[in-house]
Amino acid sequence: MSDLPVLKGVLVLLACQLVGELVVRLFGLDVPGPVVGMVVFLVVLRVRRPRPSSGLVRGPSLLLRHLQLLFVPAGVGVIDYLDVARDHALPLAAGLWLSWALGLAATGGVVAGLLRLRDRSGR
Amino acid sequence: MIPLVGWHPHETWDWLTSSPLFGLTLTVSAYALGRWAHRRTGNPVLQPVLVAVVVVGGVLLLTDVSYDDYLRGGSFVGFWLGPATVALALPLHHEWHLVRRAAVPLLTGIVAGALVSICSAVLVTRVTGGSRLLQLTMAPKAATTPVSIALSDQVGGIPELTAVLTIVAGITGAVAGPWLLDLLRVRDPRARGLALGAASHGIGTSRALQESRVEGAFSALSMALSALATSVLVPVVLLVL
Repeated sequence: MSDLPVLKGVLVLLACQLVGELVVRLFGLDVPGPVVGMVVFLVVLRVRRPRPSSGLVRGPSLLLRHLQLLFVPAGVGVIDYLDVARDHALPLAAGLWLSWALGLAATGGVVAGLLRLRDRSGR
Repeated sequence: MIPLVGWHPHETWDWLTSSPLFGLTLTVSAYALGRWAHRRTGNPVLQPVLVAVVVVGGVLLLTDVSYDDYLRGGSFVGFWLGPATVALALPLHHEWHLVRRAAVPLLTGIVAGALVSICSAVLVTRVTGGSRLLQLTMAPKAATTPVSIALSDQVGGIPELTAVLTIVAGITGAVAGPWLLDLLRVRDPRARGLALGAASHGIGTSRALQESRVEGAFSALSMALSALATSVLVPVVLLVL
């Protein structure tokens, strides 16, 4: 298989992000450009309905397989805050992890409950 | 006589640490190591992003290379987060029929989750002795990084620290999210995906994608909508709390 489709897929992603970034700035929106780009790409996918062999699928799939790699440089930023973390260990750790757990539980619990309620009422 | 070879360790080291090649090679090899460890042990706690951050951070501290120097190469990798966020439309497209049918529970859950995240972040930080500055810095931490940074700046927090807290919240979700959801008996993949995306944005989504395509799709959607909900709710909640 040729690698040209993957190149095309990556190009479409860049173009969608560019459109998103431009829209956000032109209209002064408080949303990140890539999130608007995601909506643009979703519209492209709904309209074009590409096959699995298409670059529109293979390019993005490649990037999503290695999503965690892309967060590494931002995560390494922790090393500049080790002193702050040591000095304010309790509020930082408790505020972060307790609130993380509560947010996760609230979202998961509410959605699971509502879905079960609706499935039971049977529609 | 001009010698053909010399020995220049200091010059070479200076070149190496100021070259993008250093941060780039270090990042990719640490990630490869993380993936290898994850596969080899099958241990879900050893998420590649966690292993890679620890390895890269450790190397930088040991070699006394600054974060800014590292970013000369690291930022090449970080740049692709934007296009990767766009790419999250793909799982969403594949599971669109499920997303449409779950619209009302989905939106309710996301707004509830964002409210709980923001309020508990402020209150828990306050009760455990954190200053107002720290509370403001903590408030937007559940939203994806570009949003949390902008919000922190807007409400008067420390944006750089918010970025770090956001990443740690993400890594926590990738490492421990599915475990906590199991504990809470949340088994529906739609609810699990939404929860991971709401509490742990893109990094949580990377873990959801490991579990199933449905979970990944709902997590991607949740990340995007939670970013929206958080940007609307943080300024409002901070007026009250």
